[in-house]
Amino acid sequence: MSTPSSGPGSTRAPGREPVGSRPAKSRTAGEHTPITLTGLGAKVILLGLVAGIAIWAAFPLVEAEQWVGLALLVATTAGLFYLYLTRRHVPAKYLVPGTLFLIAFQIVPVLYTASTAFTNFGDGHRGDKQGTIVAIQTASVEQVPGSTEYALSVATEGDPATGPLVFLVTDPADGAVSIGDATGLRRLDADEVTVAPGGKVTAADGYTVLNFGQASARSQEITDLVVPTAGGALRSSGLSRAYEGKAVRAYDAACDCVRDSETGRTWTADESTGSFVADDGERLAQGWKVGVGLRNFTRVLTDPNISGPFLGTLVWNFAFAVGSTGGTFMLGTFVALALHSPRMRGTNLYRVLLILPYAMPSFAMLLVWRDMFNTDFGLINNLFGLGVNWFGEQWSARAAVLLVQLWLGYPYMFLVATGALQAIPRELTEATSVDGASPWQSFRAVTLPLLLVALSPLLISSFAYNFNNFNAIYLTTEGGPFPADNPSNGATDLLITYTYRLAFGGQGAEFGFAAAISLFIFAIVAVVSAVSFRRTRKQEEVYA
Amino acid sequence: MRIRTAGVIAVFTLALAASGCGGGSDEPATDESPKAAGGKLVIWADDKRTAALKPFAETFGRENGVTVEVQAVSKDLQTNFVTASQQGSGPDVVVGAHDWIGNMVQNGAIDPVQLAADQKSAFNQTAIKAVTFNGQLYGVPYAMENLALIRNTALAPEAPKTVEELVATGKRLKAEKKASEILCLQSGQNGDAYHIYPLYTSAGGYLFGTTANGDYDPKDLGVGKPESIEAFKKIGALGEKGEGVLKRSITPENSIATFTGKKCAFLVSGPWAVADVKKAGISYDITPVPGFAGGKEAQPFVGVQAFYVASKGKNKALAQEFVANHVTKPDLAVALYQAEPRPPALTAALDQVKGSDPDLAKFTEAGRNGQVLPAIPAMAAIWDPFGKAEAAVIGGADPARTITSAGQTIAGQIK
Repeated sequence: MSTPSSGPGSTRAPGREPVGSRPAKSRTAGEHTPITLTGLGAKVILLGLVAGIAIWAAFPLVEAEQWVGLALLVATTAGLFYLYLTRRHVPAKYLVPGTLFLIAFQIVPVLYTASTAFTNFGDGHRGDKQGTIVAIQTASVEQVPGSTEYALSVATEGDPATGPLVFLVTDPADGAVSIGDATGLRRLDADEVTVAPGGKVTAADGYTVLNFGQASARSQEITDLVVPTAGGALRSSGLSRAYEGKAVRAYDAACDCVRDSETGRTWTADESTGSFVADDGERLAQGWKVGVGLRNFTRVLTDPNISGPFLGTLVWNFAFAVGSTGGTFMLGTFVALALHSPRMRGTNLYRVLLILPYAMPSFAMLLVWRDMFNTDFGLINNLFGLGVNWFGEQWSARAAVLLVQLWLGYPYMFLVATGALQAIPRELTEATSVDGASPWQSFRAVTLPLLLVALSPLLISSFAYNFNNFNAIYLTTEGGPFPADNPSNGATDLLITYTYRLAFGGQGAEFGFAAAISLFIFAIVAVVSAVSFRRTRKQEEVYA
Repeated sequence: MRIRTAGVIAVFTLALAASGCGGGSDEPATDESPKAAGGKLVIWADDKRTAALKPFAETFGRENGVTVEVQAVSKDLQTNFVTASQQGSGPDVVVGAHDWIGNMVQNGAIDPVQLAADQKSAFNQTAIKAVTFNGQLYGVPYAMENLALIRNTALAPEAPKTVEELVATGKRLKAEKKASEILCLQSGQNGDAYHIYPLYTSAGGYLFGTTANGDYDPKDLGVGKPESIEAFKKIGALGEKGEGVLKRSITPENSIATFTGKKCAFLVSGPWAVADVKKAGISYDITPVPGFAGGKEAQPFVGVQAFYVASKGKNKALAQEFVANHVTKPDLAVALYQAEPRPPALTAALDQVKGSDPDLAKFTEAGRNGQVLPAIPAMAAIWDPFGKAEAAVIGGADPARTITSAGQTIAGQIK
């Protein structure tokens, strides 16, 4: 279960706080605390780690010239050092680590998701425009038809590590060697060079031929070196061959478009979609990331494929979360009550057996359950002699996933309910029986309310967790069964599995769109949790 | 005061030590080959292929004085590669299936590879076609794979020539209680477009039309067209409400196991199934997937595994050299075949290994009429709706309505 349980639910009711002149007291206490060797050692090690991580993180930031990030890093580290090397600010010493983790693991991801929701980030729109242009131009380099394939050696006049590079190319037809650089290609005399049998030049007067190790250290320069020729340009294909190629498509800044030199077609940049689009609507595959404003959000609300089945999915999603949480809670509490009875023998053995499902990885268990529900080969049908197509019918599939959830989840509820039951004084139930209450009445009136006070935050967090329980659906039914005429929304789909399919199931991933939908889900879960916590607090005030 | 100063000094010493450790781990391989002055080639592949590639990569590194690192990415290799590549932390070379090409190209993650004419002609031409996208060659293939019909010869000595023959044999075996299923062709609750495709083509369906230059055309979608409805009527007739040949209870997980458990005499699967079949000690034969009587030929998808040069790699020239001039040699293809027995794409390598492994030639024969698995990004929109439509039709849904709406869903997702 995740963090919500440590949220507002743990805020204490007023009046419980120990009152008095605590701040003044703690200050005097702090000044008299002796510096112990263990304490100092721990502080040194932890701060050392902080500094170590900061230095480790600084290098990539400097390399990427991320000065804002670097400033943030320096400020945070300096702040941490100041805080823990001074004797003041005692409360902050306790609060800061938690706050930092909260920022790093909760707030930043939420903000990042929110910012992604306003872009078209996804497959085909990952990078910036400049990168897109480079990709289009590189992808359009074609070998000039009928041109020669040369054997290539990379050489330099100067130092192998820094000298200007040249290509020494051998024409396989006549063995003639030419030298090429950015200005062009010129012939070399045969007596100036030594040519190996494969055609590669191994030595040339006045030049140092680079070996693979030396050449590969200057990979980028070699890839960038283009020797202009009449038909196009000579480019390297690896380190031992060169070919005459031509970039068919080029970007023209004047018209902000890409032009194909062979067909004359142009694709103009469209900054609102991050693509190059031709007049007839044809779009180049490579695009870039742009802000799209509220488009992702309006798409969720207006696309009939999404808004149509949305309500039905939402209702089932609530039913699934409530059913999973309620079912596991009821069974877990029932078992805990049974084992709590003083007349019960061998409780430890039962407890071990009951915790077993919880100890097994749910990932694997979900897959095992999926196979057990198989119509012809599954354990359940074979055991009971049934022929039910569990995952093929709407209601049996829903019942099946809830059953799996019950099996996976009740040991957890059993554990927490056992703990909570032991905290309820036996005198209370004994008192009710003295007053003549039946066991059911005493459970209803005393045990259950006290249990709920302790377990409500856990139930709410369990609800929130199950509301987005992607694995429980995706590893069993995958959202199915699907109606024959709608392959995008199935009977057991949760909002999260449904949106996963919408955002990642089509032509490439759409992270921007996925982020927008997850914000909607976030809002729904947040509202439900907030309302429940508010109600819980009222309940606590009554029973506490 | 003195104790605090000592503390501060200790903190900084530790900090330096910690950052020193962090920096050290970035260059683990430098002492392996002392000649590696500057060049380092990073290759990403899946687990199985990493093991096969390592010795070859080390030899390449030693011979050329460079460092070669092969890193295993066991899950979501393509997604990880595209993401890492965008962030500038990707490899120089990546190894993967050819149908990734469309997506990798639209993300500007891979560069074309220039092969000489004689290099190209050394490959199976279907493999070369598979890695060609928008008229450019984007990868160097090393292995091919396609579906075939694997038959338990103890149960069914004769290879069926048509689907009808297969069904008749299967039904007879079922009546004689020698098998419990007629055919092991995996579908699952949500269908399996890859495995049903041979029957779909035999019944006359197609996915994409082709443009003038032979590429797949995403604008000409065959799903939802009358031919596809006719094809799914034939598939539906084999389904649960019909002949009971195709069943949703046969899933990717249990299909091969059911065959090796001798519960069905016929299995539609690829080279990856052979190891299990051999282990089970079943006498088997491999033949092309049969088509419907009087129908077209059943055409399985042909998939190709290939090496790609990353656009944003740090050592592109070396990567080009490795992919264009070293992957094209037979020894690597043979080593990769030994890691996982799929037919090599290099004709010379296939000739080298097919003598000791007769299955290879049979799989190649089964894929002779195959269709190259489309690599266009639009293909990603096909899998899910097409599979679900298949499952629905097998379960008895009306083919016309089901396929029409699948076609609409797919068309809506193609940009």
